[in-house]
Amino acid sequence: MSSISKSPWVIHYDGSSCNGCDIEVLAALMPRFDVERFGVINTGNPKHADILLLTGSINEQNKPVVQNIYNQMPEPKVVLALGICATSGGIFRECYNVMGGADKAVPVDLYVPGCAIRPEAIIDAVVQALGILEKKRAAMNAAAV
Amino acid sequence: MSLFTAILYVVLAPLVGGLISGLDRKISARMQGRIGPPILQPFYDVGKLFKKENLVVRRSQNMFMTFFVILSVFTGALFFAGGDLLLVIFALTLAGVFFVLGGYKSSSPYSFIGAQRETLQMMSYEPAIIIVAVAMFMVTGSFQVKDIVSYPRPLIMDLPGVFIAFLFILPIKFRKSPFDLATSHHAHQEIVKGITTEFSGRTLALIEIAHWYEYVFVLGVGYLFFANSVWVGLLMTFLIFELLLIIDNATARVRWQWMLVGSWGMAFLAGGVNIIFLMMRGYP
Repeated sequence: MSSISKSPWVIHYDGSSCNGCDIEVLAALMPRFDVERFGVINTGNPKHADILLLTGSINEQNKPVVQNIYNQMPEPKVVLALGICATSGGIFRECYNVMGGADKAVPVDLYVPGCAIRPEAIIDAVVQALGILEKKRAAMNAAAV
Repeated sequence: MSLFTAILYVVLAPLVGGLISGLDRKISARMQGRIGPPILQPFYDVGKLFKKENLVVRRSQNMFMTFFVILSVFTGALFFAGGDLLLVIFALTLAGVFFVLGGYKSSSPYSFIGAQRETLQMMSYEPAIIIVAVAMFMVTGSFQVKDIVSYPRPLIMDLPGVFIAFLFILPIKFRKSPFDLATSHHAHQEIVKGITTEFSGRTLALIEIAHWYEYVFVLGVGYLFFANSVWVGLLMTFLIFELLLIIDNATARVRWQWMLVGSWGMAFLAGGVNIIFLMMRGYP
């Protein structure tokens, strides 16, 4: 375990959804679950973030926003699709304006279904994302050499 | 008090400052009923930032922040070398100016607001710090830190008002509530991240380390008030830090008008009255 997996800073974006998963992400940041135990900080700033938490489905309007946030994050970075809407579009999948899950806009590393997703699942996903961060960091080093 | 202590400061201050920052997060978490991160968390954060990509809007923004780091180290080194307190204040101001310029240079509306607020913060704390230096000169007859430290009586006996003015501006230097207007640590969501919004990777890590240097320096100024006994001084410095955390967790952010009026008011009321009393008692 290097320091990169001990200090995951997250940024959170909610696409078009019922906001249920959105609230659960915030619940995970609350004292009851206290993700700061693992060094997680909700930065609200893509340039400081390592992990992008996406909830809700993607439509034409929020696609450029998500891509903008993604592009502003410094490497190495991990994208988590939280909740069934971000995974596949969920209950909104057949809507005329919905394009689908988060992978329609940005490359997703981890799909975490649930409606609404449980804070425990979010914490588990973030802890798994640390392993992916380590791998990406190693790949970055290999590419630099 | 010489070159040796200055080198000691340059080497040890990041370690001490990081531990202070870690303790701060742990104690704050406990005050909020959370478990909190490990004490070494700030070191993990900085270590991670060194491994991240360094995205910049303009290359020169990193140059300004490098000067901010160098001058922050210089400020503290001069102080711990027992140098001239006025020169220390000038160096501190110059470091702050480079920090503000870096914020302006990164051309983002969020860092603009952060830089403007940082300027206001500097305006707010400057008078109090000058009054601290002047009052210490009046009592000890010297601006040299090494003479102030070796003064036989604790300075707090002569300078209670000045000490209160100093306590009032402490949250500004520590970037804590109620005066964390420009940028703050922890997950306080405000104008995105204020002045450091556009900084990432190595530069952000350096800014964090510069803040650690500042922490140790500012607590060092607090130590001067109790400097005649080392252990009392260290204990009181720790208590000042505790008080800071309690204030941080018990208050909300105020508007800049309150900060400016409050800190100037405290500086000129508490500090000024204290200085007038010193004059009446025949100090130079």
